[in-house]
Amino acid sequence: MNEHSVTIEHLGKKYQDVTALDDLTLKVAKGELFGLLGPNGAGKTTTINILCGLVKPTTGTGNVCGYDVVKESGQVKDLISVCIQETAIYPFLTGAENVELFGNLYAMDKAELKARRNMLLAKMGLAEDANRRAGKYSGGMKRRLSLILALINNPQIAFLDEPTVVMDPQSRHAVWDFLKEMKKEEKTIILTTHQMDEAEELCDRVGIIDHGKLIALGTPKELIAENQVNNLEEVFLKMTGRNIREEA
Amino acid sequence: MKLQRIAALTKKELKKTIREPAVLFMIFLFPVIFVFAFGASFGGVGGNQTVTYHIGVVNMDHGSSVNASQTFLTALIDTKIINVHSYADNQTAQNDLTQGNVQAVMIIPSGFSQSLVSYQAAPNNPAQWINTTISLYLDKGSLVATQAIPPIIQQTLTAIAGQNQQTPSPFQVQTASLVEVKTSPALDFIAPGMFTFASIFLIMMVAQSFTQDKENGMMKRIRITPTTPTEFMTSQVISYMSIALIQAALVFAMTYALGFRPNVGLSAYVLAFTLVMIFSVSNVGFGLITATISKSAGAATGLSFLFVMPQLFLGTFVGASLSSGAQVAGKFVPSYYVTNALTSLFLRGADITSPAILLDFVVVSVSCVTILAVGIALYAKYYEV
Repeated sequence: MNEHSVTIEHLGKKYQDVTALDDLTLKVAKGELFGLLGPNGAGKTTTINILCGLVKPTTGTGNVCGYDVVKESGQVKDLISVCIQETAIYPFLTGAENVELFGNLYAMDKAELKARRNMLLAKMGLAEDANRRAGKYSGGMKRRLSLILALINNPQIAFLDEPTVVMDPQSRHAVWDFLKEMKKEEKTIILTTHQMDEAEELCDRVGIIDHGKLIALGTPKELIAENQVNNLEEVFLKMTGRNIREEA
Repeated sequence: MKLQRIAALTKKELKKTIREPAVLFMIFLFPVIFVFAFGASFGGVGGNQTVTYHIGVVNMDHGSSVNASQTFLTALIDTKIINVHSYADNQTAQNDLTQGNVQAVMIIPSGFSQSLVSYQAAPNNPAQWINTTISLYLDKGSLVATQAIPPIIQQTLTAIAGQNQQTPSPFQVQTASLVEVKTSPALDFIAPGMFTFASIFLIMMVAQSFTQDKENGMMKRIRITPTTPTEFMTSQVISYMSIALIQAALVFAMTYALGFRPNVGLSAYVLAFTLVMIFSVSNVGFGLITATISKSAGAATGLSFLFVMPQLFLGTFVGASLSSGAQVAGKFVPSYYVTNALTSLFLRGADITSPAILLDFVVVSVSCVTILAVGIALYAKYYEV
């Protein structure tokens, strides 16, 4: 096992003449909760898509738990899970059926799947609605279910792409609590967000990406101190001259 | 390959079919309603009604000592489903055909009797035969007539010549058929195409399903899991073959209720249902090709008709009413061979091991698997996250 859960070296991705990712080099330690910050279109999702084997990089390499993400994507998929940005659930299945489906796709043991399904539904506040069709859920409930689908396999590394977007404050805090529990279990989490309070609350370290380039890397406290500002939002503003919620 | 994944995905797909009202309607209710409406309109509900076809005949076969044309016409009348109207010339007959007074016009050529005599003198030596062609003009507005009349004429010719099913004939009629003459409800002639018809709309369902899953991120989500493309496609094929089987059972139940009673054994039914299931594989393939070129589920619905319509018009009961050119084009769509095989099984009484059936089976199997392979290859090549 590699000492780092994730190693990215000189990673680049071009779509025709658009550079989505430009020479990104990064290492994430085992058990670390790492935040990838940046505005829309900065390259966060492209980075995750490459690391989970969905997209091939134009240049550079990505390594997850010692496996090359291009050449050994099968092994990588056994170790990771991804909460994608879209609220992707099957509306015609119940919440519980959605979870069971993805547990089966990870070939989980039946008893283990049932226990973890019940635990996750309870933690995310969906136990009472587990047997309702997911299509009838509210936006926040769908988002929580989407997160459960990503975590059903108890992954070594979780890539969470904007997991709390459109969630109400109560749901957000429930997710934060759960991520903190995962961290205690030495799980590695890579979290993308453009919500700076979330990053400050949860992340051990953050990397700020803008126009596909890594422009800052460190703990939230280090970055705030180095830039002599009050929060991460101001760090981004100072470094780029733009607000993080503006389009890139 | 893990069966757990295939079973989970198959179960999901079947639940979708049952739980989504639009899918349920298109897959199961629409074919059943269509079969009922079409069968009741053209087939005669109850099963005991028979129809009579009116054929105009221009008999140019005169001057021979052997009046074979009269024997032929008498045999046609004896079927009790053909009513013969004699015409002095083709023009008058064609006028009546245009006006719908007759459903077909048949021109018996002058050498017809000589042709029969030559055949009977040397039945095993085609080189000695005098070949003749019977021209048959069909009412393009009568779907059932175009399906029913050519095989009846061909069969009657076969009978008066004393031929068996496998021998060549000096008589040429465009649609060859070796059916046993009987008084049949019109439904019988369209029922085989109905079995094929039901499955064709799977193209639309598959295209919509794949496009929706891509749009809402489910395809991306599944691709992130360890599920292999082979496991995923296997689950899709199993799901849609199962749906096709249920469709065929529903269509059969409906046609049976309307009076369709093919006099065949269990093996013919097994082969018929197997053919429909294999045919569904091509519809998954066409659905994948549609999904490849569709930007949205809405577009997929529209674009799926690029494949639905040819399969429907050229390969089912609808096809016989089209032009001869379209009927030739039908030979390039798998549905034609399914309908042809089912017609041979149910109407012509062909044995399941007969060359005609086996040929259709091979063509259907090879073409369907090829279309599926092309669909998978295209979808995989052009899939973008």
